[in-house]
Amino acid sequence: MTGNPQLYSISTLLVVFLAGLLAACDQRMAEQPKYEALEASALFENKQAARHPPAGSIARDEPLVSSDPADGPPLELNRADIERGERRFRIYCMPCHGVLGNGEGPVVQRGFPSPPSYHIARLREANLDYFFQVITSGHGVMHSYADRVEPADRWRIALYIRALQRSQQIDVERLPQFREPVEQAATSDNDTLMPTRIGEQGQ
Amino acid sequence: MAQLFPQWSNTVVRIAFVALLALPVAVPAALMIAVRTPYQTGEGVYREQPVPFSHEHHAGNLNIDCRYCHHTVEQSTFSGMPATQVCMTCHSQLWTDADMLAPVRRSLAFQEPLRWRRINKLADYVYFDHSIHVNKGVGCETCHGRIDTMPLTYPTEGFQMQFCLECHRNPERYLRPRSEITTMGWEPPVPQHQLGTRLLETFQIHKEQLTDCSICHR
Repeated sequence: MTGNPQLYSISTLLVVFLAGLLAACDQRMAEQPKYEALEASALFENKQAARHPPAGSIARDEPLVSSDPADGPPLELNRADIERGERRFRIYCMPCHGVLGNGEGPVVQRGFPSPPSYHIARLREANLDYFFQVITSGHGVMHSYADRVEPADRWRIALYIRALQRSQQIDVERLPQFREPVEQAATSDNDTLMPTRIGEQGQ
Repeated sequence: MAQLFPQWSNTVVRIAFVALLALPVAVPAALMIAVRTPYQTGEGVYREQPVPFSHEHHAGNLNIDCRYCHHTVEQSTFSGMPATQVCMTCHSQLWTDADMLAPVRRSLAFQEPLRWRRINKLADYVYFDHSIHVNKGVGCETCHGRIDTMPLTYPTEGFQMQFCLECHRNPERYLRPRSEITTMGWEPPVPQHQLGTRLLETFQIHKEQLTDCSICHR
């Protein structure tokens, strides 16, 4: 090889080029050295990258709703709140309390202790803040839902529970007549199509 | 003098030359095909988990909404994994002796999180946000398939860029009303193109921007 300078320089170039390719192997574009949600970490004592926020801290865009039921609902609750309450209810409460609130949800049918029906006198007479309190702290075998249901939604669910209770007590004579055919009502239902603002978070 | 090479060696040499010429095309093509196979993307492949959690049982039979456990999906880039306490909401009362659930009880007792293995993984150079998708009408099912029929969980997509682009180019083919985001096996009540076009407007989706590079690579 020493006898041929041209071949020698070509080989040199080739080696440099190939070495460059090797460098590309370590760019780690697909596996960047950063933590993803819930990843393990050697940095902290509990071996978790996710940190608990300091007690009492709130998110920057978090609506200021007290988690003390004594402070009452944060806002004038309206029909949209009941409807969101219903959607949240179907996510978090329905599995045990059932769609009707009679305490016979699918999880209860599989053997979970049956919660009391919402339609018993004690719960019909309970104030909204009682339901808020139970969602926040749990009750009996029911765990707290405070980590998953934000305070404003707890009021909305409480309100929906009230609506459910009324629905089971109302005199049939007093029900309003349907003015539009059911099918038309289904497609003109604005709520199912209307996006709410991001940050307010849809259903 | 006898011939050194038999006559068929001419053919061999010709084939060898053609093969040599084809090599620069064939090798990259083979590699490109290889990375798209389920073997590489993990599509349809179960992963061993600390607990053999069944979405079929929980989301299918019991009809528990996805958000019961993945509760940050509407607010966060990350859909959220349930804390051990969430499992214990029911399993403090149900199947309390089941061997299968021993890791969950151990996790609660020792305050150590369960180490679930990730099913769907995007490369780190892809920016993905769950909240914007579910808030603009992309259902869970659209990317994660019929999770309510999976006794053990596997990804139904390899999430190649082409998969994302198909929807980013034609979102109206896939959008659904917000109320149906977590519904499995959803069928559009009116023809999808009608509904989709209407939803583009309702959700204020500017389709022409959806294929900008910086939408996903930022």
